[in-house]
Amino acid sequence: MAIFLTKDSKVLVQGMTGAEGSRHTARMIAAGTDIVAGVTPGKGGQSVDFGERRVPVFGGVAEAMAETGADVSVVFVPPRFARGAVEEAVDAGIPLCVVITEGVPVHDTLRVWARAQAAGTTRIIGPNCPGLISPGQASAGIIPADITSAGPIGLVSKSGTLTYQLMYELRDIGFSTAVGIGGDPVIGTTHIDALQAFQDDPGTDAIVMIGEIGGDAEERAAAYIEKHVTKPVVAYVAGFTAPEGKTMGHAGAIVSGSSGTAQAKKEALEKVGVRVGKTPSETARLMREVMGSR
Amino acid sequence: MDLYEHQAKELFARHGITVPPGRVAATAQEARLIATELKAPVVIKAQVKTGGRGKAGGVRLAPGPAAAENEARRILGMDIKGHTSHTVLVEKATGGFEEYYAAFLVDRANRTLLAMVSSEGGMDIEEVAATKPHALARIPIDALTGVDLDTARLLAASAGLPEDVHDAAAATLVRLWEVMVEEDALLVEVNPLACTSDRRVLALDGKVSLDDNASFRHDHAAFADGADDGGLEARARAKHLNYVKLEGQVGVIGNGAGLVMSTLDVVAYAGERFGGVRPANFLDIGGGASAQVMADGLEIILSDPDVRAVLVNVFGGITACDAVANGIVAALQTFGEEGPRCPIVVRLDGNNAELGHRILSDAGHPMVRVVTTMDGAAELVAELAAA
Ligand SMILES: Nc1ncnc2c1ncn2[C@@H]1O[C@H](COP(=O)(O)OP(=O)(O)OP(=O)(O)O)[C@@H](O)[C@H]1O
Ligand SMILES: [Mg+2]
Repeated sequence: MAIFLTKDSKVLVQGMTGAEGSRHTARMIAAGTDIVAGVTPGKGGQSVDFGERRVPVFGGVAEAMAETGADVSVVFVPPRFARGAVEEAVDAGIPLCVVITEGVPVHDTLRVWARAQAAGTTRIIGPNCPGLISPGQASAGIIPADITSAGPIGLVSKSGTLTYQLMYELRDIGFSTAVGIGGDPVIGTTHIDALQAFQDDPGTDAIVMIGEIGGDAEERAAAYIEKHVTKPVVAYVAGFTAPEGKTMGHAGAIVSGSSGTAQAKKEALEKVGVRVGKTPSETARLMREVMGSR
Repeated sequence: MDLYEHQAKELFARHGITVPPGRVAATAQEARLIATELKAPVVIKAQVKTGGRGKAGGVRLAPGPAAAENEARRILGMDIKGHTSHTVLVEKATGGFEEYYAAFLVDRANRTLLAMVSSEGGMDIEEVAATKPHALARIPIDALTGVDLDTARLLAASAGLPEDVHDAAAATLVRLWEVMVEEDALLVEVNPLACTSDRRVLALDGKVSLDDNASFRHDHAAFADGADDGGLEARARAKHLNYVKLEGQVGVIGNGAGLVMSTLDVVAYAGERFGGVRPANFLDIGGGASAQVMADGLEIILSDPDVRAVLVNVFGGITACDAVANGIVAALQTFGEEGPRCPIVVRLDGNNAELGHRILSDAGHPMVRVVTTMDGAAELVAELAAA
């Protein structure tokens, strides 16, 4: 099994006719993804050939969903158009919208999020994320499919390349789903959302969680794990030697109540019984121990 | 991008928020001149992008021009939490006021915007927040509806501001909200928000952080530090490299911010066994890792005189390791006959890793060592840097 994305997912790509969009659509198809449509305003009626596969292009998300039954959207449009594109997907009621675009203004993300909350029908992943992959089933985003295999580990991470690194180190055991939630200050799907889904997924036996300095998402995830996650969790936090960021004003610290340092995150996780690796390889080793002792 | 207080106040003024009259000075003489023009007691304020200036002695009252010159001389060049004050703000001293606190910010955890207002502003607001949480009103703001006068009055009331300032405070809060959304700010904080005895409300301090992602729809370039000081960071910026200078001896290049941050950690751990060798920089070359980007990155890193060895740590995903290896070989050619001035340890992992290793070993560059694991590469580069 997997979370959020399976072999039955029907995926449309917003911005498929652009350079990035078409390059990664070809990769998603190669990874076994059922890509059913592209959406580019003004280009409805065209189609794009990806080898054997001819993918129709629609002018809008609602139309593409109606015609193809798409239930996942992957967004590759440039930052200044991202808000409009995601709002369109939300208004069309697509169940999952994965926003790859890097550089979306935070106020745009906040407005999109408020709208998605009000509608209550769309899960958003990202923005500024590598997307997610359920190896052997489907890929929605830019995570390389050929570095790993299907298996019982679930992975959730803020960072793209660290995701790849751990997927690769643990490729012999394999993954149910790896979710890159993105590193922006405001994101649609959090560590906690993914932890909850992995806990409920019968195809996931253990979870790797990768965090990095800033904010207090890892601290909140730790509190969630203590209460709700019974599957073993192994974590890695990057940024122990990163220079202390200059903090402006007082508001940030008052709100989060956390220093946001890697050390604070590690301690919060260890306090609730999560084993935290000092390096990516040590994290992989800890996961092997967990899987071996089962 | 974080703004200096004087820049924040410039934005405030543009949005109709009252701020004390004043100007920035880079020399003590200039400060004296501004004080003379203002014809009133002034406050001399260190301009650094950090809080707690008052407590550090960076905010001083000067009754007249001579005192202004003296205080400016003392504050210019002052170090506050690692930030040097290169300029001072000279502004008219406001007399007799109550101090409130007001802030709008992004609440990451709840994925919304948040207003925080208190009637007990001033230099000890953290203390107030910690010991008297009820004295600091925190109210989530809907990103779609925002803050209108009614919401603002509610904020003022919840914060326990005296009733006769609700109107004036609310008007200011609405304008601060406008700064927040219209300027694409991530933080707008005023501490103290002053209320004079004749019930005027003005911003005596301002901390504003702007969202760089929104720069395409603003004219905020004038606020950027004109930091073409010829420093490494400025040179890297000119080449569109994401580079941060650190204090150590091991140059680091990698792809992806998370992986590079992780590399810094692993180098620092390994360095503990070699006399405390540390990473010399953060440099993320992103996904592509082309020969040109690799050459630019190496060039910047090797211009840092502290660097004694370099670690290139790339995970080959979409750009496979053979392409990265070819990039490294081409980049090394730009150093000509002599080659780079110190050893380079390369660790490639991921797609086509073996092919990448073969390309590097076939090139047989005397200064390049290939190691297959991240921990092993960190160990070797730390050893080389300590030698
Ligand atoms: N123009 C002014 N007139 C009178 N008093 C002032 C003026 N500007 C600042 N002050 C006083 O100096 C104190 C400190 O100034 P300010 O808040 O600007 O600096 P700060 O120490 O950086 O603040 P923070 O700790 O919030 O970062 C204020 O609380 C206020 O009492
Ligand atoms: Mg202040």
